Amino acid sequence: MKAKQGELKVITGNSAAAYGAMLCRPDVVASYPITPQTEVVEQLSKFHADGVLDAEMVEVEGENSAMNIVAAASVAGGRAFTATSSWGLVYMYDAVIQAAGFRAPVVMANVNRETPGILAVSSGQQDMISTRDSGWIQIIVENSQEILDAIIMAFRLAEDSDIQLPVMVNYDGFYLSYLAEGVRIPARDDVDQFLSVLKSQPQRTILDPTKPMGAGTHGILTEFMELRYKHCAALERAKNKFDEIDRDYGEFFGRSYGGQIEEYRTEDADIVILASGSAVGTSRTVVDAKRAEGIKVGLIKLRMFRPFPREKLIRAIKGKKAVGVIDRSVCFGWDCGPMFMELRALSPEIGKMPMLSFIDGLANIDITKPHIERVIDDLYNASQGKPYQAVTWIPLEERE
Amino acid sequence: MAIKKFSSKYETAWSDADTQLLCLDTGSWRTKRPVVDKEKCTYCGLCAIYCPPQCMIIRKDFFEPNLNFCKGCGICAKECARGAITMKPEGDFTA
Repeated sequence: MKAKQGELKVITGNSAAAYGAMLCRPDVVASYPITPQTEVVEQLSKFHADGVLDAEMVEVEGENSAMNIVAAASVAGGRAFTATSSWGLVYMYDAVIQAAGFRAPVVMANVNRETPGILAVSSGQQDMISTRDSGWIQIIVENSQEILDAIIMAFRLAEDSDIQLPVMVNYDGFYLSYLAEGVRIPARDDVDQFLSVLKSQPQRTILDPTKPMGAGTHGILTEFMELRYKHCAALERAKNKFDEIDRDYGEFFGRSYGGQIEEYRTEDADIVILASGSAVGTSRTVVDAKRAEGIKVGLIKLRMFRPFPREKLIRAIKGKKAVGVIDRSVCFGWDCGPMFMELRALSPEIGKMPMLSFIDGLANIDITKPHIERVIDDLYNASQGKPYQAVTWIPLEERE
Repeated sequence: MAIKKFSSKYETAWSDADTQLLCLDTGSWRTKRPVVDKEKCTYCGLCAIYCPPQCMIIRKDFFEPNLNFCKGCGICAKECARGAITMKPEGDFTA
């Protein structure tokens, strides 16, 4: 059975996030406004005022309360949504970790922005990177349509009885948050049907006032370790589950994104770029142009950052002649990009080949076509056995 | 090796404090234990409300502490309006 086509609207990425959340009928929404996410809160409040969204809207005094409220609502058995960015994400940090420790299936939109220290009201993925070890599932999307679709998929993934983990849907602030483009809004009853699978699954343990229990209470020694083990195992299961949900979504709504990663012209490629977020669109265009010139280049879009799609990446990259990673953040203490560092950890399985780290797009620097061309040229030279630079801060070198 | 044997039946961080030791065995810290005088107890529940580890068990018409978790802090004895709870040294109970 297929879903109806859905209404086409020209909306911003933030609005798409709000639509995605509204369509999933959350019981509780608690969110604090922060640039560039504010519009998500505004739009959700408007939905609520218009009677389209029947949720408990909690006006909070800050992000820490927002996350504690949605985590508690989720543990109690509700469906809960929040959205934040940058300083807001950092301000709720203990609650972010707590939500994961509870295994609260919250869905949060995080609109990527640079983190505190150097005030930058501008795009960058450093915020999500700062929470990569919090135990959340982290997804990165490329455009407004994918924001909406990913939030619906995120609820299916988070609340799956095999998973029961919070999911963070990340999209580039400024580039995607304010970009208006055509988005298909699925019909409510179709989204209901897509999520109805969850109702047929075993009921997760939720608050039962007649049978008081501890939630996240003091656990020590092996009891604590056992919960960590189960958490890690659930994250591993989330990888295939995400692929499955993405396929189901594609069959029903007609749009799918490849699950953990999307491969673009990688099959016969000699060199491969790994990128994420809005930079993928630009990269695709340049890959096409370079292909026309005869360079066998392919592109991998990293959609799932936590859990890290190890198996998929090994299969996609093994046997290539060089691989380059474009990071919109830095890995402090490693002097390279974080996604590059993660990929490097797969070296034994991928095999020996030049691996190049490219740092670009910090604080709203555009990841331009010439930048991607440079990445491809460097990768091509490295694949030909020429000496190469391990880490390149593209915009700074351009300035030299 | 995949671990299959778990002490908690829950997938997530829930714990059944009465029967299953996910909670820290805080009872082992205790130097004094609350002893409830069932005749004086009026079943008001103040002790249960104030108990920090929430270990007061509801019996038919009185409350008593779960000694696996009672830390012996004495708050229940202090709050009991009827003076029905007395803190007695643990040494009195060991053989």
